[in-house]
Amino acid sequence: MTSGRSAAALAAAVRAQERRAADVVEEALAAITAGDGELGAFLHVAAEEARAAAEAVDRAVADGRDPGPLAGVPVALKDNLCTRGMPTTCASRILDGWRPPYDATVVTRLRAAGAVIVGKTNMDEFAMGSSTENSAIRPTRNPRDSSRVPGGSSGGSAAAVAAGFVPVALGSDTGGSIRQPAAFCGTVGLKPTYGAVSRYGLVAFASSLDQIGPLTATVADAATMLEVIGGHDPADSTSIDRPAPRPALDAGADGLRVGLCRELVDGVAADVARQVRAAADALAAAGARVEEVSIPELGWCLSAYYLLAPAEASSNLARYDGVRYGLRKDGDDVAAMNVATRTAGFGPEVKRRIMLGTYALSAGYYDAYYAQGQKVRTRVIEAFDRAYRGVDLLLGATTPSTAFRLGERVDDPLAMYLSDVCTVPSNLAGHPAISVPFGTGDDGLPVGAQLLAPALEEPRLLAAAAVLEAAAR
Amino acid sequence: MSPGAPAGPASDLVGPAASDWETVVGLEVHCELKTVTKLFCGCPNSFGDEPDTNVCPVCLGLPGSLPVLNEQAVELAMRIGAALQAEVRPSTFHRKNYFYPDMPKDYQISQYDEPINVGGWLDLPDGSRVGIVRAHLEEDTGKTTHQGAGGRIHSADYALVDYNRAGVPLVEIVSEPDIRSAAQARTYAAELRAVLVATGASDGRMEEGSLRVDANVSVRRVGEQRFGTRCEIKNLNSLRSLARAVEHEAARQVAVLEAGGAVVQETRHWDEEAGRTIAMRSKEEAFDYRYFQEPDLVPLAPDAAWQERAAASIGLLPAARRHRLLALLGQDRTGAQEDQVQSVVDQGLDDFVVAAVSAGSPAPLALVRASNELAADVGAAQRLEPSSFAALCKLEASGELTATQAKAVLAELVEAGGGDPAAVARSKGFEAMSADSLAGVVAQVVEANPDEWRRYAAGDDKLAGFFTGQVMKVTGGKADGKAVAAELRGRREQQA
Repeated sequence: MTSGRSAAALAAAVRAQERRAADVVEEALAAITAGDGELGAFLHVAAEEARAAAEAVDRAVADGRDPGPLAGVPVALKDNLCTRGMPTTCASRILDGWRPPYDATVVTRLRAAGAVIVGKTNMDEFAMGSSTENSAIRPTRNPRDSSRVPGGSSGGSAAAVAAGFVPVALGSDTGGSIRQPAAFCGTVGLKPTYGAVSRYGLVAFASSLDQIGPLTATVADAATMLEVIGGHDPADSTSIDRPAPRPALDAGADGLRVGLCRELVDGVAADVARQVRAAADALAAAGARVEEVSIPELGWCLSAYYLLAPAEASSNLARYDGVRYGLRKDGDDVAAMNVATRTAGFGPEVKRRIMLGTYALSAGYYDAYYAQGQKVRTRVIEAFDRAYRGVDLLLGATTPSTAFRLGERVDDPLAMYLSDVCTVPSNLAGHPAISVPFGTGDDGLPVGAQLLAPALEEPRLLAAAAVLEAAAR
Repeated sequence: MSPGAPAGPASDLVGPAASDWETVVGLEVHCELKTVTKLFCGCPNSFGDEPDTNVCPVCLGLPGSLPVLNEQAVELAMRIGAALQAEVRPSTFHRKNYFYPDMPKDYQISQYDEPINVGGWLDLPDGSRVGIVRAHLEEDTGKTTHQGAGGRIHSADYALVDYNRAGVPLVEIVSEPDIRSAAQARTYAAELRAVLVATGASDGRMEEGSLRVDANVSVRRVGEQRFGTRCEIKNLNSLRSLARAVEHEAARQVAVLEAGGAVVQETRHWDEEAGRTIAMRSKEEAFDYRYFQEPDLVPLAPDAAWQERAAASIGLLPAARRHRLLALLGQDRTGAQEDQVQSVVDQGLDDFVVAAVSAGSPAPLALVRASNELAADVGAAQRLEPSSFAALCKLEASGELTATQAKAVLAELVEAGGGDPAAVARSKGFEAMSADSLAGVVAQVVEANPDEWRRYAAGDDKLAGFFTGQVMKVTGGKADGKAVAAELRGRREQQA
């Protein structure tokens, strides 16, 4: 992947009539056809729709109309984003055959910006997992080493970008599901502030934590994607009522106060920690004042997350009952049909989380689990607020290790859950965070440096990310 | 029927009323709000349309869809709160989780521990007051129809679900357990219905399910302070069902207790045909709803200005409307007149009566004609000119028209939407009888019936009716009965 094939460069070429969108899309489709058989990044390739959309872009350009900042740019969408008339399965058997009658708000906005949707990408079923091995359809392999997982749950989107099939993709991040696969595959992954991007049309996993964001080859593309998909949406009550942030990528890091967060460095593998410290040095070299900070409350986040997220999931996934859409397995009565459908339709990890979440919300256990998790969440937000009185940004690792091998953790859910330890705090706080590729580990696989910022400080976050990106080259 | 009298059919049961048991009732009333669109989406809130035509991704609970709160529903909920003297508070929404095919998301969005309206009361026409615990917002479910085997739940072959109703806004009004009889339960429900209609929040149509009542019923010995174990009765589709169900359930509980048994806390289904309640599920079988705050919605905190606008937008409530009419009658009013007041307010004719009285009609006569003649066709009556009606009442009050004539003229006025009653009377040949000509006719009748006159003159008042009848016969009904009676009395006094 080179910057010459970044979304910005492609859109510029299409708008300037140097390239036809139809050719750009044909090239992407050809790359997918050639390479995705082994990789498994896509669950559905929408070749015909993509060609039609590309032609419309070319017509617009020929007619002197500007198709928008993503003119002719091929985009891949995680398969939990609703696309009108196009399969949307969340990589689950239970949504077999379902084609949404509507587009998610982000999809509408991408189309309006001239983007061309080329297909839907693989993921852990209902976004529950950190390796894309929980897909009910097939696993996805890491383009950097096919014996490794691409991370998850937006593993298909990360792999599609890392393999160069598309310059940009959308994922969703509930506990790290954009940033962790971005780190494993060596792409940029941005989780925006909660409420900065509309969730309307994102199939819910944990509503208070879910956030849509871009996986891209470059920081600049992440910024462009955020501008396109962000901003207020009246269809999402939790959407923040202000326009999308306009990042100033050349703002640099001069004078920025950056906290190297001990809890996001100390526990991770030595090779990953080494790169994160190198990233800190790079920011310092660009004029940032880097200091070590400690936020002990971050150590509680994973436990709280694995109560709150499954609790919300147990409710969000109740609607897959066989009555209205998707899979139905018959039973003697409605309850038996519900049970048969859900037993056949959900994979083991989804069932595990539904049970965990149901338990955490049950009478007699609510106070000890769900309510306690909410209290921790409040404490974590307060702890972040305290830390941000002294620093503008926090820096740490995105993941505790580089990409692990397929099969390595599938039988050990706890080990799998630990993959999210560095990313979950931002979701609990609702803050933005970005993973930027920064060097490699001892195994030669990409390492992600993670930057964290207070709510709505995406411009600051992206400016610092651009500094790291430049330093990593 | 006088206000506060038993509203239900007289019971033939030897129930709690006959013994030393007291019935305790609290009601939960679900009121569908008369909004243009549903609670969380833009689909029409409309009854009786083709199944599954008023649906969208949101009210069908399709994956990825999100709720957005309807401002008009909040407005109507605050009006209900204002009408019930409740306090409007910052509130939140929760999810009530349970599986049911007519609930698209398999959870209901409802208000839980922080409802929009807290506290308040409703004063009933019989002078009693029932406390209100809360009145909160929630969404309705779809409607399941069981097919085959006579449509009964347990033996149906299959069920069809219509999601037009899914997401229709509801306000659930929970009363304190202040109600002490089936009759009072009915009076409360009737008065609450009238209040809800008056606020513009509801169309009050119980037969369409836009108002649904659940009753929590328990019994205790008179003088006992603690409440007995309660049962919740569902499927009460009319005021009559409510009264009957409370009556029967209380009697059932008394029978259980008097036989040395214990009432089991459970939900019971009212079987209208069999006239009894049937156990549905016990406390042990009750659902664990796993309530938690709805993460897809933000807290609701209407500012003071909005609350004031909502409160100011409700019109006169039924109680105030009754007081207004009672004040027109003054202190010396009869029970029959109070019934007329209730009826006129129930029929929505009170504004009309007040207008007629300001236009010069005597209040008692306006009430009689409104509650009897005009109530027959309320729609037509509401198109009638109050001044025309007032002029008619004046003619009747002054004796220029008899009651019979007045009714005939009124019928024409209603049909025409107004007009000059004197002209109508003339066109019908209803000429006012002068006092002289009336006296002449009375004299003529007295002379023709000397025996009867002797008995009347001796004090047999019953014969007044006979003479009036004779006078009417001679005048073809044009004479005023009261004037005839006065003339007869005057003649007798003169003779004495």
